Amino acid sequence: MSAAPPRRSYSGYGRFTPLWFLAPAVLALLVIGIYPTLFALVTSLRQYNLTRSRDGFPFIGLANYQQVLSDPTFWETLGRTAKFFLCVMPAEIGLGLGIALLLHQPGLGALRALARVSLVIPLATTYAVVGLLGRLIFNRDFGIANGFIGLFGVPAFDWLGNSAGAFAAICIMDVWQWTPFCALIFLSGLSMVPVEIEEAARLETGSKAALLRNVQLPYLLPGFTAMLILRSADVLKLFDVVFTMTRGGPGAATELISVYIQRVGFRVFDLGTASAQALLLLVITIILARVYIRFFYREIE
Amino acid sequence: MPRFGRLLHGAGLLLVFAVTIFPFYWMVSSSFKTQTDLLASPPVWLFTPTLANYAEVFADQKVVGAIVNSLIVAVFSTLLAVVLGTPAAFALARYDFRGKSDLWFWFISNRFISPIVLALPIYLVAQNIGLLDTHLILILVYITFILPIVVWICTDQFRSIPRDLEEAARLEGASQFDIFWRIYLPLGVPGIAVSAIFGFIFSWNELLYALVLTRRAVQTAPVVATSFMSGYELPWGKIMATGTVIVLPVTIFALLVSRHMVRGLTMGATK
Repeated sequence: MSAAPPRRSYSGYGRFTPLWFLAPAVLALLVIGIYPTLFALVTSLRQYNLTRSRDGFPFIGLANYQQVLSDPTFWETLGRTAKFFLCVMPAEIGLGLGIALLLHQPGLGALRALARVSLVIPLATTYAVVGLLGRLIFNRDFGIANGFIGLFGVPAFDWLGNSAGAFAAICIMDVWQWTPFCALIFLSGLSMVPVEIEEAARLETGSKAALLRNVQLPYLLPGFTAMLILRSADVLKLFDVVFTMTRGGPGAATELISVYIQRVGFRVFDLGTASAQALLLLVITIILARVYIRFFYREIE
Repeated sequence: MPRFGRLLHGAGLLLVFAVTIFPFYWMVSSSFKTQTDLLASPPVWLFTPTLANYAEVFADQKVVGAIVNSLIVAVFSTLLAVVLGTPAAFALARYDFRGKSDLWFWFISNRFISPIVLALPIYLVAQNIGLLDTHLILILVYITFILPIVVWICTDQFRSIPRDLEEAARLEGASQFDIFWRIYLPLGVPGIAVSAIFGFIFSWNELLYALVLTRRAVQTAPVVATSFMSGYELPWGKIMATGTVIVLPVTIFALLVSRHMVRGLTMGATK
């Protein structure tokens, strides 16, 4: 990984040349990313509550971490975040695979192109606006969600007013927004299957299931792992949609980890505790990132 | 293909299209409804469109100001990320040096960091140095997620540029900087453009940092859209018109880079 640079006869650059090109970006990320993180580390060791600033901000050792780790709400929100992931991920994978297979099927070129292009729209839609839209769609009195279930004779339902409904509503919006992500990844996997092999297999077997299992599956697996890791990182980050749609409520029914830390930090103003929580989240995230990078960027050198 | 299968395929594709586009359609159509039509139960599909909501949005200084703020922040953070990121990408694509892959990992791993992790300390630091509620702080913070994308996409692009060009230039006495400036930058324009579009989309859509680091002066569009959600009777028409105004430019940008969408979102894990 960090072997001495192999000297090439044609290299034409000095030892420090790369440094000059890299320095601006590295310095910027160090100052904007690392310095505040160290600041947070210091803050997490202090009692740092802005609403009680008259007490000062004394160092209290690891007390914030002890408090966070023994705080049932912190574990509950982490658990709820995991539950959210387990609810949306299978749906996004299943629907995404179905859509990718539909789009990969030959024929109907124009319609396929139209459907494929439309997939980009949810991915680019401002998350905060998705949340606002969710509030309109799932409104108890005039939301289209109730209009839709009304077609089947189901009585109107106060989606955002009760725990299960609100949780379902944020899941549905997430599935709408991120299924296209899975679909596009699967689709690019499917398009990697060499044409001759796929043609031969199609002649050989009429069964689409056999084609999928024996020919296409190996090409889908790398993308599948990428999806799992990236989506889990995204769910740990998920804030905008939930914040605009439910503010974590009703009660704490939709309070995912990022929403909870934001509340502790910026609505309760207990920055010491919130910093400790954020750093614990950072540790989880770094582990995820390392796993991801181990899997996908090994080929770089 | 048998006709039935073809029919089923077509129906499936139409369903995908309809469901994908529906919330977007619902937002746009709601933005043309009067409050009475919006509050109708069951919801109405056919109505006489009105432009009143848009008139209200564009007359609202807060919304117009927020869109200007969002534009300033998105354009300058993207520009800054490109200025900082392209030389780094050049170094990663062309030089061998100690610790190169570690550096690369570090750049990429910024993609994973939750904004809340940085938002807290940056809030404290910004408060201490008086940068709260300025464009500058948002521009600087947004670099943390735009720079990794620029570095990733541009490194990939620069690698695909043939080395012969560089050899020829060196024989004529070009310096390393000349090679970067005269060969790699111009030839890398497609990759730079794609990464800049992604940078713009991500910073335009960002909510958490903007919510935490700004007060009155520099509220961005997503923050203002969110702020309408208080009070008893919500101005749904205006909210949906604001949403449409916010989403439209990024939708157009996203359609421009639709071929690269997966690469941009996964940082190249899948080609």
